[in-house]
Amino acid sequence: MSRAGLLISMRNVLYFAVMAGLIVLVGQMQSWNLALSILNLCLISAVMSLGVNMQWGYAGLFNVGVMGFAALGGLAAMLVSMPPVREAWAAAGSGAWVGIIIMILSILAAVALYRKLPKSGFRTVLIMLVVITGYVLLRIFFDPTTAVIEKVNPAATGYLGGLGLPILIAWPIGGLLAGGVAWVVGKITLGLRSDYLAIATLGISEIIVAVLKHEDWLTRGVKNVTGLPRPVPYEVNLQNTPWFLELCEKLGADPVTFSSIFVKLCYATLFTVVLLFVLWLSERALRSPWGRMMRAIRDNEVSANAMGKDVTARHLQVFVLGSIVVGIAGAMLTTLDGQLTPSSYQPLRFTFLIWVMVIVGGSGNNWGAVLGGFVIWFFWIEAEPLGLWLMDLITSGMSEDSGLRAHLLESAAHMRLVTMGLILLLALRFRPRGLLPERTHQ
Amino acid sequence: MSDPLNAAALLANFVVVPAVAYGSQLALGALGVTLIYGILRFSNFAHGDTMAFGTMITILFTWWFQSMGLSLGPLPTALIALPFGIVLCAAFVLLCDRTVYRFHRANRADPVIFVIASVGVMFVMNGLVRFIIGPDDQNFSDGQRFIIKAREFKQMTGLSEGISIKVSQGITVVTMIIVVAALFWFLNKTRTGKSMRAYSDNEDLALLSGINPDRVVAVTWILAAALATIAGTLYGLDKSFKPFTYFQLLLPIFASAIVGGLGNPLGAIAGGFVIAFSEITVTYAYKKFANYIVPGDWKADGLMQLLSTNYKFAVSFLILLMVLLFRPTGIFKGKSV
Amino acid sequence: MSYLIAEAMTGGYGGADILHDCTIAAEKGEIAVIVGPNGAGKSTAMKAVFGMLDLRKGKVSLDGEDITSLTPQDRVSRGMAFVPQNHNVFPSMSVEENLEMGAFLRRDNISETMEQVFELFPILKEKRRQNAGELSGGQRQQVAVGRALMTQPQLLMLDEPTAGVSPIVMDELFDRIIEVARTGISILMVEQNARQALNIADKGYVLVQGANRYSDTGQALLNDPEVRKSFLGG
Repeated sequence: MSRAGLLISMRNVLYFAVMAGLIVLVGQMQSWNLALSILNLCLISAVMSLGVNMQWGYAGLFNVGVMGFAALGGLAAMLVSMPPVREAWAAAGSGAWVGIIIMILSILAAVALYRKLPKSGFRTVLIMLVVITGYVLLRIFFDPTTAVIEKVNPAATGYLGGLGLPILIAWPIGGLLAGGVAWVVGKITLGLRSDYLAIATLGISEIIVAVLKHEDWLTRGVKNVTGLPRPVPYEVNLQNTPWFLELCEKLGADPVTFSSIFVKLCYATLFTVVLLFVLWLSERALRSPWGRMMRAIRDNEVSANAMGKDVTARHLQVFVLGSIVVGIAGAMLTTLDGQLTPSSYQPLRFTFLIWVMVIVGGSGNNWGAVLGGFVIWFFWIEAEPLGLWLMDLITSGMSEDSGLRAHLLESAAHMRLVTMGLILLLALRFRPRGLLPERTHQ
Repeated sequence: MSDPLNAAALLANFVVVPAVAYGSQLALGALGVTLIYGILRFSNFAHGDTMAFGTMITILFTWWFQSMGLSLGPLPTALIALPFGIVLCAAFVLLCDRTVYRFHRANRADPVIFVIASVGVMFVMNGLVRFIIGPDDQNFSDGQRFIIKAREFKQMTGLSEGISIKVSQGITVVTMIIVVAALFWFLNKTRTGKSMRAYSDNEDLALLSGINPDRVVAVTWILAAALATIAGTLYGLDKSFKPFTYFQLLLPIFASAIVGGLGNPLGAIAGGFVIAFSEITVTYAYKKFANYIVPGDWKADGLMQLLSTNYKFAVSFLILLMVLLFRPTGIFKGKSV
Repeated sequence: MSYLIAEAMTGGYGGADILHDCTIAAEKGEIAVIVGPNGAGKSTAMKAVFGMLDLRKGKVSLDGEDITSLTPQDRVSRGMAFVPQNHNVFPSMSVEENLEMGAFLRRDNISETMEQVFELFPILKEKRRQNAGELSGGQRQQVAVGRALMTQPQLLMLDEPTAGVSPIVMDELFDRIIEVARTGISILMVEQNARQALNIADKGYVLVQGANRYSDTGQALLNDPEVRKSFLGG
């Protein structure tokens, strides 16, 4: 390795070391529980920004719908893990099945038409007719059913529940769900100018979240689905397990505190495994002929096109892959939260924050995306106490009952938006290649 | 015989009147987006929040004027505050251009970089608005509420369904017509307006003709800020002001601009009305309407609503997708860059 | 001394030099034509004269004044006008508006100049309200030349004005260009149709690989057997 190369990799190691140091510092200064919470979300953010980095860094695609794909992952986590609500299924009776059959049939019919007929305006009109008819039929048969389902013990359930399977299965399923939707959106908008993909993904993500919020029979809507089964032990159970108590004794730790730390460590292990796996795959992909081709297309679409590369098909591929990764991360997040809260899906938190991670970390560099995930999430969390502290300082000169002071203190949280926006703008201007720039292979 | 008339009045009241007002607001918003696209060649994601920002300033001035006892009688005080909102919003937008976009323009950056930068600006504006006025609903309309009240209409016509037109709706439409007329006069008749069109048409040739790009860009931002502030204030008067709603308006506004053909002002107006009418007709519950027009004792069960209002922006989205599928340059030919 | 002198121009677009010691001059009221094979740097020489690429060496002077460091916009105000080969009109603007945009820098009354352009290209007067994008190729070239004339230039530069138009239209266009030159405007033109162009040229430059190969009057070049053999197809 050349001297410059060595310096660069030393700098990279340094960045990650500083990041680790910061988390340890939080552990020491605030609490280990908080430090691990931050770490877990850093890990999930890193996976998510790896997904966005595939789309933006490898291919230059601007996905403004990260939130929607993450929400699909969350939906999958809930649908896979929650036990089915038998009363609701019983009450729904045939209606639910008829609805599902209509839905499947119309989708199959649309897909069959798409496959069988040659590309033409006629085909598109036909497919739209099928979809609209399916929709109207679905509404006619399914609307009464949803009302019935939602009446079944609304305080506790009022929805169909899920499949009652282990929640880990939901992670790949969440990825597939997100990938499927990405395929449809990409199929329509890729190949047109880049802004259209941005606008279309913005739209689809708003729609997905609206569905999650309002289709109570499916997700309980804003009533949230809580108590998703965990892939890791429960604190209460741990506190009654002999080997755990022994371990606590050996370490001299309080069982209650240590049980929650232990659980978080379990999560951290699972997330790290996923992160390393995705990272390994991404690095392999980036170095493969496929990755080189992707970057060639990104850097010069016109000449890649002229060389006979099917740019749109490649873009679709990478867009779907990236969305799958985002979907997995979304499922992981819902698993960690232990609940599906549709109203928590805010574009700022789930789309734009991830973008800041990718851009600040280093577009096109997987390690950069991971670092960005860590750094930005860390500051996102720590910005709140920091902002409050700052506001306290600024307003300390004002009198206790000053209206302005109250307003400033109350609104300090909104300054996070401004800060994130400024970080994005400053990075674009002064460090457009990010903390860990993409390595250019000469 | 009065049943069809009643049905028509019902539709007019709940579909046509609101859609005309909403369409005007969307048209004004989409005009701003399309101008920026035509001149600066990127989709400005900060436009919804520019609307919120300008409206916020207008609201603050309105409150101030109200506290001083200033009023326009039956018209909302916000109309006096509007020019102040426009000026300050334009100043802020110009500042953004100076500090953010100009650098990337000088670098001849990719359009997508501008889009991302506009997302950054969106963050900042959104944060400032929430910081200054808060994330909640604000009501700032005053003056008379109705031009025609439903009750008066019923008395006048003897129908059992009334049509009511709010002052805010009337003002919206009148303002839209005035603004659009002024804008088209500016673009087609003035030297500066023509130079903007020339720049949008063929940037290099415009430079060869001695057109000053900095000036064109500045005027474009001022116009976009003015359009955004007017659209936002009208929307706020008609419904209410809430920062998040303005962010969500971005989708129907983009849809309007694209449906009409990005970069084409006439298309933006047509697109605004297409989106508004589709959104409202699809989400309107036709139960009562059906009961009027279907003869006999048949009564509709259910709301007869094609799509719940919760999904109203799905309408913009679907129309957007259809246009992208069939005619990516929009109804009126826009730029197909 | 010539009205325009571009002396010993050497340079390119950042990479390797395209022009090597290339010299071009144009006299008042005369037509100078640059011809040469594909890739000879004809259009590059034109752009260099107009200040659209940075020269490493050489200098450009107009009417005795050194303008080497001026931007293209400044050169416009000094009396140069340039008609690019492609994208040389504002397609969604009317013919009249195209001409107005040509006169953007002028603050005086432009109606007289516009009448002169309409006299030169009568078809444009007929189609003045039509959008330039809807016109035929030849008419569009007329709009492009007309737009450039609106600045009342002393030097009109045309980059392949007859590219893609029919032979009849080409002849007509050349006639108009001669007319323009007669009003005292210098013309510098790059042409693919070398024979026809040299026919109307007072001065001809044959460029090969960015360097002058032959420079003479148009007639002399047409009569030179070497030039005929190598560049005019016998």
